[in-house]
Amino acid sequence: MDLFEPKIIGFLCNWCSYEGVDSAGRSQMTYPHNFLPVKVMCSGRIDTQFILKAFSEGADGVIVFGCHLGECHYKDGNYHMMRRFALLKKLLSELAIKEERIQLEWISANEKDKFVMIISQMVEKIRGFGPLKISTKSNQHR
Amino acid sequence: MKRQITINPLTRLQGHGKISIFLDEGGNVERAYFQATELRGFEKFCEGRAVEEMPAITQKICGVCPTAHHTASSKALDRLFNVEPPIAAKKIRELLYNAFMFEDHLLHFYFLGGCDFIAGIDAPREKKNIFGVIEKLGIETGRKAIEIRKKVRDLSSRISGSPLYPLFGVAGGVSKPLKENDRNYMKQIISDALEFAVFTLKIFEDVFLKNKAYLEMITDDNYKLKTYYMGLVDQDNKLNFYDGVIRIIDPYGREFYKFEAGDYLNHLAELIVSWNYSKILYLKNKGWNGFVDGIESGIYRVGPLARLNVSDAMPTPLAQIEYEKMLNFLGGKPLHNAFAYHWARLIEVLYSAERMSELINDPEITSQYIRNIPSDIPSEGVGVCEAPRGILFHHYNSDGRGIIKNVNLLVATQNNYAAICMAVQKAASKYIKNGIISDGILNKIETAFRTYDPCIACATHMNLNEMPFSLCIFDKDNILIKEFME
Amino acid sequence: MEKPKIALYWCSSCGGCDASVIDIAEGILEIASNIDIVFWPIAMDFKYDDIEKMRDGEIYLSLINGSIQMDEHARIARLLRQKSRFIAAHGSCAHLGGIFGLANLYDTADILKHIYIKGISVKNQDSIQPNLIAGEDEQQLILPAFLDSVKPLNNMIGVDYYIPGCPPTPELVKSGILRIISEDIPPHGTVLTEKKALCDTCARKDSQPDKIHIDEFKRLFEFQWDESLCFLAQGLICLGPATRGGCLSRCINANMPCRGCFGPTDNTADYGAKTLSFLASLVQSRDKDEMEKIADSIPDIAGLLYRYCLPSSLLKDIIK
Ligand code: SF4
Ligand code: SF4
Ligand code: SF4
Ligand code: FES
Repeated sequence: MDLFEPKIIGFLCNWCSYEGVDSAGRSQMTYPHNFLPVKVMCSGRIDTQFILKAFSEGADGVIVFGCHLGECHYKDGNYHMMRRFALLKKLLSELAIKEERIQLEWISANEKDKFVMIISQMVEKIRGFGPLKISTKSNQHR
Repeated sequence: MKRQITINPLTRLQGHGKISIFLDEGGNVERAYFQATELRGFEKFCEGRAVEEMPAITQKICGVCPTAHHTASSKALDRLFNVEPPIAAKKIRELLYNAFMFEDHLLHFYFLGGCDFIAGIDAPREKKNIFGVIEKLGIETGRKAIEIRKKVRDLSSRISGSPLYPLFGVAGGVSKPLKENDRNYMKQIISDALEFAVFTLKIFEDVFLKNKAYLEMITDDNYKLKTYYMGLVDQDNKLNFYDGVIRIIDPYGREFYKFEAGDYLNHLAELIVSWNYSKILYLKNKGWNGFVDGIESGIYRVGPLARLNVSDAMPTPLAQIEYEKMLNFLGGKPLHNAFAYHWARLIEVLYSAERMSELINDPEITSQYIRNIPSDIPSEGVGVCEAPRGILFHHYNSDGRGIIKNVNLLVATQNNYAAICMAVQKAASKYIKNGIISDGILNKIETAFRTYDPCIACATHMNLNEMPFSLCIFDKDNILIKEFME
Repeated sequence: MEKPKIALYWCSSCGGCDASVIDIAEGILEIASNIDIVFWPIAMDFKYDDIEKMRDGEIYLSLINGSIQMDEHARIARLLRQKSRFIAAHGSCAHLGGIFGLANLYDTADILKHIYIKGISVKNQDSIQPNLIAGEDEQQLILPAFLDSVKPLNNMIGVDYYIPGCPPTPELVKSGILRIISEDIPPHGTVLTEKKALCDTCARKDSQPDKIHIDEFKRLFEFQWDESLCFLAQGLICLGPATRGGCLSRCINANMPCRGCFGPTDNTADYGAKTLSFLASLVQSRDKDEMEKIADSIPDIAGLLYRYCLPSSLLKDIIK
């Protein structure tokens, strides 16, 4: 049987986190190919609708990277994300979607090891959950 | 041998309600079925909702009687939180409730079921609507009927925000008080309503009681069902729509049980049949003994006729006079003839107008103290009221945070369902003899069940009221031989 | 000139949308002189055959209310699409999937079991459930089948216009019909009411604070709120900022907060997600744990944000 390869969409803020991925790339560190990065200016700019859109287009998990709290280039963008994220987790869980399918991480430009580790762990976790969109109906938490 | 009946796909397009009749060898009716063909699942999808949202959610069960669901739901919340609404709040709720009963009953008389008789029982179908009614009674009356309904709806929206859907019910009261200027505005409307109610009863006397066909039907044993009756009464065993205890009488008119709403599970049970999405209610203490009437059967009826049968008297003077008139005319209680529903409905119109008038003149109704804030942890509550088509129960269980865990709904048409099936069967047997299907059978059968004003939306917590329905007749081999569609 | 032909039909509906047409009351005469109603099951006699026999596009406008829940709804909707020049989704159910769409949170088999077997007043030792082909003895009676989920109209057929609301106001139904039959036909896809959010025309708008600071969302049974102040200023959730205006502030007039029946304003992909962002913006917390507690003070966030529109959420195919 083929191993399920989850699709993970990552939203990365331009300033800290994208730097982090970039430097991971530059230093030839490998991170799972399941991960598709999307660059945004600031985590505060990630509309909740983008995240649902990612799921509806086939993502099995979504991860958002922002600057560490207090380090957002737009001052409070990451706090905004943090608040939305708390509500979104609750919403997904009420919709019978495992809240761990979304993840929020603060990361800075020089934390490339942390970045690679987070991604790899997320991939494994989602692999364990299985695909989000399944054709047979069931009431189990997905 | 089992035969597969193929029904023309068009038949399946007919939604909402369906009648199937099976004939025996001799071409006579063996069995007739009245089916509700849709289901919504309110009981299930209300699970997980916040309790305070229930009055707004459950009223979408039915666009014909949203006020009934909203009210039963608000009352269930009172009990769930164990909080008593202040007097003004109860009166405001009851005022709105009577306004709703008034216009809903009128709608039935002028626009729906009553059309059958006003236009003439043998009138062609295209005349059996408001236009036929206007033709018969004159444009003036038609206009008056439209106007008064509109006024009363305006009154309702002043109380509760929307003419279509009330929004004001909260645990322990209402969201908005009445003001002195509301009272003045409403007084005028209510006095017009009262006048119109009196006028309508006059029309009833002139048109119905002088209509040979109606007189025949209202006294025809074919339309009699000797069933139990159930309805709300106040502490003096008089009619009340909003509150009271539930009284059941037996087919001889003797009190069978009296109980509080919260006790309903001891008295009522639901039958499930494979051919119907609606559940069928019967008296638990009698059990289900099939589609038969009589003292040994658990079948009972609700709605206007049932309410007048279980009441000892009307609480308002004009309604009492009309009530006595009806009893004298038809020969005493309990009245078993289904066509007496029409008359009973109009007596209720009069009562509701008189009751509105009492309430609007009550000094307390404009008190600004309209709400008690609950202090108890929410747990369980049953709310009851008399919907136009009969008694309605909402029963909720919640967790300590006020999230719904379980919902049970018992709705007017479900109570009458068994009786409606029997009425259809009786009418069918009368008009199908030895394989000969008499003309206008659709019409006749429709008249037989329209008197109950069945609401399939309510029955299955789903679809519409005066639904188009289809009628299929099958021969002894269960082959479809005739079908009608409205 | 021939009057434009209009059809009205309902799918899975509570009847409230049809009542919104009946309640146009005297205004119906104004409309009736301009149009010719050829099909309206709730109020008039008709035959489905008559529709079948019509030329394609012969009906000028069909207003369809209710959500799509059963086979037969989909069929009639397709038939009307074929015969009609324009289709308008009438009411929240047709527009967004509506309140019955909450059933998509549950499995159909579970719903049936819950109602017919587990119901507390049900007596059903043999665990009977309604069958699609049922009957006692030889007599077989057909009940129509459910689709796999509740759907909005535009999931089944192309829709040209939307008249929002649960139900729409009679005024909107009337003006909507008049606009579509006018010379000046609105652009395809228009939601026929205001463009702006409810707050814009709300009488309480002036009391809506510029910066709202909520540290706990309050519930409707917890206190008696002021009759004239913005609900948000009082800690109660009101969905007015995210909801399209045009309802004449029905709930607000009843001193109750908005629950979003008019759906989103233009260019919104997911009403619930957008509303969620707005709710989050009301909070100023800078602490993750505190924020989670605040999130917990909203009961049933799914049922609140998607009360009328779950079947048109971006997540619709994932949920059911
Ligand atoms: S939109 Fe609302 S009023 Fe219209 S059918 Fe649906 S539930 Fe009823
Ligand atoms: S939030 Fe609600 S109460 Fe406040 S202005 Fe908007 S619609 Fe009005
Ligand atoms: S206030 Fe909101 S929920 Fe109420 S009618 Fe208007 S749009 Fe619908
Ligand atoms: S700029 Fe990185 S989170 Fe705002």
